[in-house]
Amino acid sequence: MQNDCGCNCNKTDDKRYAELKAYIDSVKNSQGITMGVLQEAQRIFGYLPLEVQKFISENIGVPIAELYGIATFYSQFAITPKGKHHIGVCLGTACYVRGAQKVMDKVVEELGVGVGETTKDGLFTIDATRCLGCCGLAPVMMIDDDVYGKLDSVDVIPGILEKYRV
Amino acid sequence: MNSINELNQMKTDALKGFEVTEGSRVVVGMATCGISAGAKTVLEKLLEEKAARGLADVQIVPTGCVGMCTHEPIVEVFQPGKDKVTYIHMDPDRVSKVVSEHLIKGNPVLEYTLGEGENGKLKNLEDLQFYRKQKRVVLQNCGLINPEDINDYIAIDGYQALAKAVTKMTPKEVIDLMKASGLRGRGGAGFSTGMKWSFAAANEADQKYIVCNADEGDPGAFMDRSILEGDPHSVLEALAIGGYAIGATKGFIYVRAEYPVAVRRLQIAIAQAKEKGFLGKNIFGSGCDFDIEIRLGAGAFVCGEETALIASLEGKRGMSRNKPPFPANKGLWGKPTIINNVETLANVPKILLKGPEWFKSMGTEKSPGTKVFALGGKINNTGLVEVPMGITLREVIYDIGEDCLGGKAFKAVQTGGPSGGCITKENLDTPIDFDNLVAIGSMMGSGGMIVMDEDNCMVDIARFFLDFTVDESCGKCTPCREGTKRMLEILDKITAGKGTLEDLTILEELADNIKNTSLCALGQTAPNPVLSTIKHFRDEYEAHVVDKKCPSSVCKALLNYFITESCTGCTRCVRVCPTKAISGKVKERHVIDQDKCTKCGACMEACTFKAIIRK
Repeated sequence: MQNDCGCNCNKTDDKRYAELKAYIDSVKNSQGITMGVLQEAQRIFGYLPLEVQKFISENIGVPIAELYGIATFYSQFAITPKGKHHIGVCLGTACYVRGAQKVMDKVVEELGVGVGETTKDGLFTIDATRCLGCCGLAPVMMIDDDVYGKLDSVDVIPGILEKYRV
Repeated sequence: MNSINELNQMKTDALKGFEVTEGSRVVVGMATCGISAGAKTVLEKLLEEKAARGLADVQIVPTGCVGMCTHEPIVEVFQPGKDKVTYIHMDPDRVSKVVSEHLIKGNPVLEYTLGEGENGKLKNLEDLQFYRKQKRVVLQNCGLINPEDINDYIAIDGYQALAKAVTKMTPKEVIDLMKASGLRGRGGAGFSTGMKWSFAAANEADQKYIVCNADEGDPGAFMDRSILEGDPHSVLEALAIGGYAIGATKGFIYVRAEYPVAVRRLQIAIAQAKEKGFLGKNIFGSGCDFDIEIRLGAGAFVCGEETALIASLEGKRGMSRNKPPFPANKGLWGKPTIINNVETLANVPKILLKGPEWFKSMGTEKSPGTKVFALGGKINNTGLVEVPMGITLREVIYDIGEDCLGGKAFKAVQTGGPSGGCITKENLDTPIDFDNLVAIGSMMGSGGMIVMDEDNCMVDIARFFLDFTVDESCGKCTPCREGTKRMLEILDKITAGKGTLEDLTILEELADNIKNTSLCALGQTAPNPVLSTIKHFRDEYEAHVVDKKCPSSVCKALLNYFITESCTGCTRCVRVCPTKAISGKVKERHVIDQDKCTKCGACMEACTFKAIIRK
């Protein structure tokens, strides 16, 4: 049977909801917990589907419209699923003046999807990030936790992406 | 923690672990920049070698940012009675050699160091041109202490300033001392920290708050991150001092979620400070309580603005509001709230210990002290630079940064990030301080300093910053939300070769309106990058709209690719061209059909004879 989120998950069986509930209970008495709860939910679920927003709304007493407003305001929150690997091409100023746009163009060309989008196979999501803080390595790209610096020649990018396809 | 005596005893104990009396202390730069360059594998290899070889007297210590990104990963070896040895560009293989040759046999591995100086001694980072004009006050401990061990901080007089404040001074005396020092907020606006504190102190309230603004959003600035990663306790100590001064018992650190290393080190630091009793109830037996909580941002540049930051802390969309009421009167949950930037706070314990006169001995009359800049872009020495205020831009760029990359001609330096402007070579001899930078059409900002050379198109740079502000505008007020969008559309038009001279006039008019009518500083400063580039580089704008040329060969739509006589007819370009725009016979010069060419540049990259040019 399908839930109204469109999937076959069952909240009562899903341990992830129990984990989120435990977190909510641990902070319930503090002020201004909404952001923290959404961040924890995103960590647990990978993104914030409507079903999860509803669950949070019921548990912390904040209207779902307000939660949705917050989730769409901050760039860190996602309301659609992200790819298995997260690619962050740094478009901070230091990287930009050293040619980061070429890096971004090449990644977009290689994967055939735009910035902020996920590839059809669900493998990659491309994001433009602002300053990763390693300007000495500019231009820089990050895939998950790996940093690739000094991408002065974009020819190496297909090879880098290939490593994550296996 | 009950008394200063107890703290002093702790210091004596901590010094035993900190000062190297036997064996070696090996320090690895483990800030984000170091880790990105591979410091983690270096640290792991060191630990592995230590265990495998049973080197009990070798102490391996992770530390914060040493400051010179170009040489990371950096490892420094301290041994009693010997000069410090600095190794650069380390990797696991190099580690093995350093362990066997230096740590075991006692012979430093010359080839991995910075070489020998004129005096025959090995060069240290301090001997480099990069460091000569720097004055490290705020960054003093970064790269020296282990940020994850509170004892290192205690060993170098940590928490002495807090002890002094709460046991020997009244809150008013603390505020007066801060006022006398002339410390101005390092977040960009440059408001007197002592004055700010006095406003909140004057308010009677059942609860007040002090917040550390660590939402460092300028894309190209990472000063605050380095302080948090390298010396987190200095910020905690300052928050507690500020809390005492204004009467707040609760502090928050609002830090970007994009800084996981800084967040983790703050969490460790807070837990250690609580355990030792520097935070919590009845600090130093003074009857004062103070606690700190970390709150993570979620990727919104506008949250660096204080009213937006407060909204975000309250768990709402980070949208700014009108001032007054100022946060010092009505801030977080309606209570008096002080918001200070990381670098500002990092100065506080030092001023308290060394006095306002010491602080005023550095910098200029109206902007005393030092400022940390993140020097980056087209420059040889990128990294974190701390200089006394009043130093000239020329000294920073040529003496510290050692000129543009690859001998290219300097064009401009951008300060103040998306709120600032470009400074050209005519103004390079301006002494850096809050007021001077505003006078020449830019601003101090939080400390990003990006150097641009002849290959950077200033119209494209203006477009880049506008693209950023359009993305980051919170959307509450019309001038910022709609106005910046319209400005970006015009800039897009110009860089696409469809602009007219009239567009420049409209840009300036729009900019003026947005500056005067936006709700918060984000909108009020958003047009600055455009205005300053139009002012200093009008010729570049005119080249784009009149001649339809991009003088720096950046704006793709305005470029054409040509094949020169150097072509050997190898046909490599024909094979890579995605639109089949190149034709010609084998071993004869090829030509590009401009109508078919999409200007992707693939042919130029593929050509091994440098026969394809772009102009």
